[in-house]
Amino acid sequence: MNGRIQAKWCAGVAVLTAALLTFAFWPAVNHPVRADESDQNYASPLEVLLSPDDARLYVLCQESEEVRVLDAASHAVLKNIAVGRVARGFSLSSDGARLFVANSWDDSLSVIDTRTLAVVATWPVGAEPSSVVEDHAGKWLFVANRISNDVAVLNAQTGVEEKRLASGRGTSYLAISPDGSRIYATHVYPNPTRVRSELDNRTAPESEITVIDATRAVVVDRIPLHGLAGVFHIAISADGRLGVAAGLHPKNLVPLAHLEHGGGFADTLTLFGADVGQPVEVPLDELERYASRPFGVAIAPDKSRIYVTSSGSEMVTVIDVPRLMRFIHAQPHAQPVSFARDLSASANYVVTRIAVGHDPRGLALANDGGRLFVANRLEDTVSVIDTRANRVASTIALAGPKTISVLRRGEQTFYTSRYGFQGQIGCASCHIDNTFDAVSWDLEPDGMGRDIVDNKTLEDIKGTEPYKWNGGNPDIPTECGPRTEKYFWRSENYDNATLTALAVFVRGLPARPNRWRQANGELTPAQDRGKDLFERAQDQFGKPIPESNRCSYCHSGPKGTSQRSFDVGTRKPTDNTGLLDTPQLTNIALTAPYLHDGSARTLEEIWTVYNPDDKHGRTNDLTKDELNDLIEYLRTR
Amino acid sequence: MKRSVSNKFAPYVILTIALLLAAAPLTFAAPPQMPRFRFENFTTANGLPDNHVYAVLVDGDRIWAGTENGLAVYENHAWKTYTTKDGLAHRAVLSLARDSRTGDVWAGTMGGLSRISGGRIDSYTQLTSGLSNDVVYGVSVEGENVWVATAAGGCRLNTRTGQWTLYNERNTPMVEIWVYGVSATPTKVYYAVWGSGILEYDQKTGRWDKYDDPDSENEIVLFKDQGLVHEIVTSVSFVDNILWVATYFGNSRYDGRYWHNFLTKDSGLPSNFTNVVKGVDANRAWFGTDKGLAYYDGANWAVYSPSLTDGKPEMTVRDAEGKVTPVAVTTAPAHNYILGIDLQGDDIWVATAKGLSHGIRQR
Repeated sequence: MNGRIQAKWCAGVAVLTAALLTFAFWPAVNHPVRADESDQNYASPLEVLLSPDDARLYVLCQESEEVRVLDAASHAVLKNIAVGRVARGFSLSSDGARLFVANSWDDSLSVIDTRTLAVVATWPVGAEPSSVVEDHAGKWLFVANRISNDVAVLNAQTGVEEKRLASGRGTSYLAISPDGSRIYATHVYPNPTRVRSELDNRTAPESEITVIDATRAVVVDRIPLHGLAGVFHIAISADGRLGVAAGLHPKNLVPLAHLEHGGGFADTLTLFGADVGQPVEVPLDELERYASRPFGVAIAPDKSRIYVTSSGSEMVTVIDVPRLMRFIHAQPHAQPVSFARDLSASANYVVTRIAVGHDPRGLALANDGGRLFVANRLEDTVSVIDTRANRVASTIALAGPKTISVLRRGEQTFYTSRYGFQGQIGCASCHIDNTFDAVSWDLEPDGMGRDIVDNKTLEDIKGTEPYKWNGGNPDIPTECGPRTEKYFWRSENYDNATLTALAVFVRGLPARPNRWRQANGELTPAQDRGKDLFERAQDQFGKPIPESNRCSYCHSGPKGTSQRSFDVGTRKPTDNTGLLDTPQLTNIALTAPYLHDGSARTLEEIWTVYNPDDKHGRTNDLTKDELNDLIEYLRTR
Repeated sequence: MKRSVSNKFAPYVILTIALLLAAAPLTFAAPPQMPRFRFENFTTANGLPDNHVYAVLVDGDRIWAGTENGLAVYENHAWKTYTTKDGLAHRAVLSLARDSRTGDVWAGTMGGLSRISGGRIDSYTQLTSGLSNDVVYGVSVEGENVWVATAAGGCRLNTRTGQWTLYNERNTPMVEIWVYGVSATPTKVYYAVWGSGILEYDQKTGRWDKYDDPDSENEIVLFKDQGLVHEIVTSVSFVDNILWVATYFGNSRYDGRYWHNFLTKDSGLPSNFTNVVKGVDANRAWFGTDKGLAYYDGANWAVYSPSLTDGKPEMTVRDAEGKVTPVAVTTAPAHNYILGIDLQGDDIWVATAKGLSHGIRQR
């Protein structure tokens, strides 16, 4: 009896304490996610696809790891087909008999028989397949690999990889020309730039559209995309004369103070092909009406309209192609040209903007161009737009939870641009798919032109606080709340519940699988040698290395950070301090450039260029072999 | 009488004539039919960025020329030059290789390794990557691996994983680390090491082997064909399971069991100082020397060069018996100092110290 009373008393104290703590730290990052919330199985439709006869609608549901097959007219579910983790792209074979799904975190392709609607094969590919296209002859499959920065060429019948073609960094989206002669590939991170600024940290990004000869499976051209970092879907007109790619054009060479003047990003389309001559970049934005984060693109069969989803602005922009052509040709150009900074341009060709659901992504146009299906990823719906009326005719609700969990609300907050000044930007504008953008920025809180900072990935940041390169933000709510609201959004605060949800979402972002680790968990001989160097206490001359100058001292713990600040000798004249927070090492191989301002383009440069005095660890005694070993080990972190 | 005398000697006359006729092929034999070319030469006068041409690569209808002042590509009768402004690692391009699967071209330069792919150039240096040294003398592509010969050992880039593996005195039998050339095939990879013979890597077992001159670094050959002709190896070419080797002191052919060496004194080589060898098959090879371009067909030799004395075009043929016959020609490679060779069907392209030459096969 006494025991029961004692237990009840203890439970009461615990509840009271919990309530007090909750109140004291609200909105705290440690806000518990209830089981019923974290276990919610949302569909998260990312891409949509119509069968060749428009009878079926295939919906790629990333979170529920399915392809849902719907009757395109009645919207009735025909079947749900399980696929792999974080599926990112899918397409039909040239004869429509097979549906290929790229499972980006499983490094595999699911091959679905469209007659039986069953997975008939799962083929290994690598690394992080994000899009797949078959050539018209049915000979090859082309797979965009985001991590290995290439397009794999597979035997379309056996799935055996024959070769990989070097493409852009973060290659993710593919399109085939209607005549089947060309494959076009875009990429989400900018290519390493050759241009070096005075302090090695201020360059505009460079991207490309990789053009592949589909018959020979070789790269035949690269269309330069100057100033773009983050290029997504691409579409080719039915006559093959017009190509359109959706992209982000960061304005990172000016302080972000210019956000008031549209100075953060331009959300653009790049047009190429015979209709336009040299490539032309045109903005979707209009002053105070921004089309944040353009993602999906479709061109009407008669080439009268272009449709673009803007995932941050949660809308579809409709463009009048003849008017667009008139605008372009009114200003003849012999070289690639960009109108990205002209906020008056889009009024010349934008017909309307149609509001859809949360985080609209992929879209699919019916053969007659009359219906446009739009996947609203964070709403578990598909909008059906009547393109003649330019309005949402119906919304298909995909089966799933009816409530919005904290995590879900946090994700919606992360991916929307509604909080940004004039709706220009959101968290995901810089943190592409929760990661980074490989761009260095000048954030004015530290002073104009001061403290240029490289953007870091958000994956697996739980337990790596403090945040910011100077360690100025002690926790995620501070990072995501006051700082973000003041310097990025400028116009609107999060309420407590929204900030908590955002912090919970960010804090819970997992790390993607590390591709440099062996399946058996063992290190290769080179990685093993590198680990010894990482942990060594003596240099090659037998002299002891001070503890504070060992790799493993600052980069300690499971995530490779001591969570403390050190001066590793990388301070630039424009930096306010040389004391920098130790960054975590999670998936460090993926996150170039390196150092606080992105001045090291590769891991090697951290030590071959920016560590002359051995302040960033004792490394100048290492041979080239040993430095290579150290890097091989770091890639496993 | 006269008739009887003539009758008497008639059989001898007939026999003599028959013998003379039989011997005629030996006495007046035409030289063996060796390839003849009309050489068209490219210099700065007709579009080449520099006359010092270190390497040449045939890429279908395109020709790549590695010069001292940029990488030039000849296509549709016009030259285009890539420089460091385009991303080339260094202006001096020493070696070239083509990835037959992807069509990418790899260029070894005095300042790193560059990949030219669809017009984009990605460069790797000893500071920005795992490349062992910026002076890249040789490059060869096999499957997903790019094998590199540098002034500080050999290395291999796995283009799939991005991993660099270095080969030097610490993990191979290499004594010197000045690696001049590399030839990679699915079965074996050979490194030509300046002063350290030949290194052989077995792709299946991952083991290294080494071939040295039995006479060590002596510039003499005590016994003919006893082994590799010299330690200072400049070029290797592995084709049809035959290893062709060029050194500064003669050349070698190795079939896996027996060596056969070629020196000026007992072959048609115009000089023992050989910069490059290009094997055609198990029996035929081209050699680039400091005194002209040489071709060996398994028995006979031909040499193509401007005269060392007056610069006039020359071609000589040396038959299997050692008889040398001049052949009248009107064209020759741009210079006698040959640095690179590649084949385009029956045609040949030759990199020389004073221009690039296109040898158009004559019938």
